[in-house]
Amino acid sequence: MSVPNRPKRSLLGWEATILALVALALLLGSTLSDAFLTAANLSNLSSNLVEIALIALTMTLIVIAAEIDLSVASIAGMCSALLGVLWAAHVPMPLAIVLTLGLGTLAGFFNGWLVTRLGLPSLAVTIGTLALYRGLAYALLGDRAVADFPPFWTNLGFGLVPGTQIPIPIVAFVLLAALTAVVLHATPFGRSLYAIGSNEVAARFAGLRVERTKLLLFTLSGLMSAFAAVVYTFRFSSARADNANGLELSVIAAVLLGGVSIFGGRGSVIGVIAAVFLIGIIQNALTLADVPNEILTIVTGLLLILSVLGPNLSAQLKAAYGRRGRAAKGGAQ
Amino acid sequence: MTELSTPGAPLPAPPHLLSRLFKAREASLLVILLALVAVTTALNPRFLSAQSVRDLALNVAIIALVVVGQTLVLLMKHVDLSVSSVLGLTAFLSGSLFVANPGMPIWLAFLAGLGIGAVLGAVNGLLVAYGKVPALVATLGTLYVFRGVDYAVVHGGQITASNLPAAFSTFASGSVLGVPTLVLLVLAVMVGFGIYLRSYRSGREYYAVGSNAEAATLAGINVNRRVLTGFMLSGAIAGLAGVLYLARFGTVDAAAGTGLELQVIAAAVVGGVAITGGVGTIAGAGIGALLLGVIGSALVALRAPAFWQQAIQGALLLLAISIDIILARRAARAMQERSHR
Repeated sequence: MSVPNRPKRSLLGWEATILALVALALLLGSTLSDAFLTAANLSNLSSNLVEIALIALTMTLIVIAAEIDLSVASIAGMCSALLGVLWAAHVPMPLAIVLTLGLGTLAGFFNGWLVTRLGLPSLAVTIGTLALYRGLAYALLGDRAVADFPPFWTNLGFGLVPGTQIPIPIVAFVLLAALTAVVLHATPFGRSLYAIGSNEVAARFAGLRVERTKLLLFTLSGLMSAFAAVVYTFRFSSARADNANGLELSVIAAVLLGGVSIFGGRGSVIGVIAAVFLIGIIQNALTLADVPNEILTIVTGLLLILSVLGPNLSAQLKAAYGRRGRAAKGGAQ
Repeated sequence: MTELSTPGAPLPAPPHLLSRLFKAREASLLVILLALVAVTTALNPRFLSAQSVRDLALNVAIIALVVVGQTLVLLMKHVDLSVSSVLGLTAFLSGSLFVANPGMPIWLAFLAGLGIGAVLGAVNGLLVAYGKVPALVATLGTLYVFRGVDYAVVHGGQITASNLPAAFSTFASGSVLGVPTLVLLVLAVMVGFGIYLRSYRSGREYYAVGSNAEAATLAGINVNRRVLTGFMLSGAIAGLAGVLYLARFGTVDAAAGTGLELQVIAAAVVGGVAITGGVGTIAGAGIGALLLGVIGSALVALRAPAFWQQAIQGALLLLAISIDIILARRAARAMQERSHR
């Protein structure tokens, strides 16, 4: 697409903006309702976000490398269905979980294989596997639901760390988020994703193993979707084929709102996490203030559009006012 | 696909070769389609009964209509994810026009659907063309916004067939020479846009913008205006589809059309419209929609286990995408080699 037109946006600037928006949303929430800034509500708020937050971590890596994975929610649904089937067939839970994670990894590997070995665009591939994996979820479980999971495991899904209000899945998320941030921002592998996303041809000439990297990214995305499926299944104590339906759009919305460029090459983990929580906080605060659900949908969409439109417009304005100084640099136009 | 647009690649082959290639792709899709119909009919003769063909045509028609607008946008290397929300919103709004004015002439509902759709499409077009928001982000955003507006307007209610004038409902079931009127209308739109894209200067501009926007600008094409028009047309067509949806089903709530966007894009991609822009035809996209519809009803006619049907459909979709892209790439390579000689 028209790359030359994309305005330069300082990443730090966007992160500061979105963190400020989070603070603003917290402030707004506490004025709208007394129940908002309670530990119990914040705990509930964050556990509602955990699946989106988890999958958004690997989606960040994929979009920075200028690819996309639309099949994440279908992988999660398929894995949730498998977990239910295995448990209903009296497979011991640890083994069932390992097999579920294995299926997600395999599904992600298949996406990556199609993208890298056949050279197909990831948008087309994952629209196809979105249908395929959701279909396999129904093939596995039909319209049944498996709900009789043992309390020990469901407690991992909706329980709290003893003595605190911190949901157990959030602990897992924090660890994985820290790991992702370190890998993305402090390792050669992470830097290579930016290089691939900015200019794949140049990255290849620079000796980066583009195909192997992308294969790994899609595989990781599948594994993470499976992990999110396990969390989801235990949190609701229900395995169903339609679990996590439509989640992919929420994940992608969060990643883009978090400042990751859809053209690749730009973005950060902290921005995406802030965006996930921004959406969650706004929705929670508005719900507590009895704002109807439909407004939440509209606000989410507007945030997404404004997150890109805002910086673009300000860059165009800047370019218009400071044309003398900036023209030589080749700014927005 | 990248081979087609690599800068510095040899000059494109003569146009007649290109059009022959496209014809070959549509022809191969038609062969697959006919084979599928033949095998299914051999196994279950009732597959070709008048009633089931009619149902199939009605089901495919609405998707095929939305694919027309999506094709315009895809040709320009953009995408319109918001079509399902536009369809849902216009279906409800045109229905509530009937509720408010029971004596309203039917054509007014169509006009309203087209108008509302065009306005919603203009929002997308302005964001993409002048706001420089990537189409994927802009239309994902408006997918939420339009659906949110839909929920706010509907507010838990719904339109039912009893709210609609009888003449409107019979529009979907009525037929001319055995072909449902609804299908005829969709065919007319497809033929119209097929000719427009093929033979008119502004129609060719969609291909130019998608193949190379900078070259198109240098050639004197107003790219921004073309993008805006494309999104408006996509919106207007989705709006028309909303009115047809209302006529066909009679009952519409706020969730109408949810998830349709992926089916529409899938049909276009199967029909040979490249998501990388500049390649594809309305005829191909229409055949893509028909192929997906036939696969769906063939699975039912062949009594494929109900819960496996979606998986089989997904696998076939993936297969179609893979074969299509690999064949296109091979053809492009063959063309390059030929022009080297």
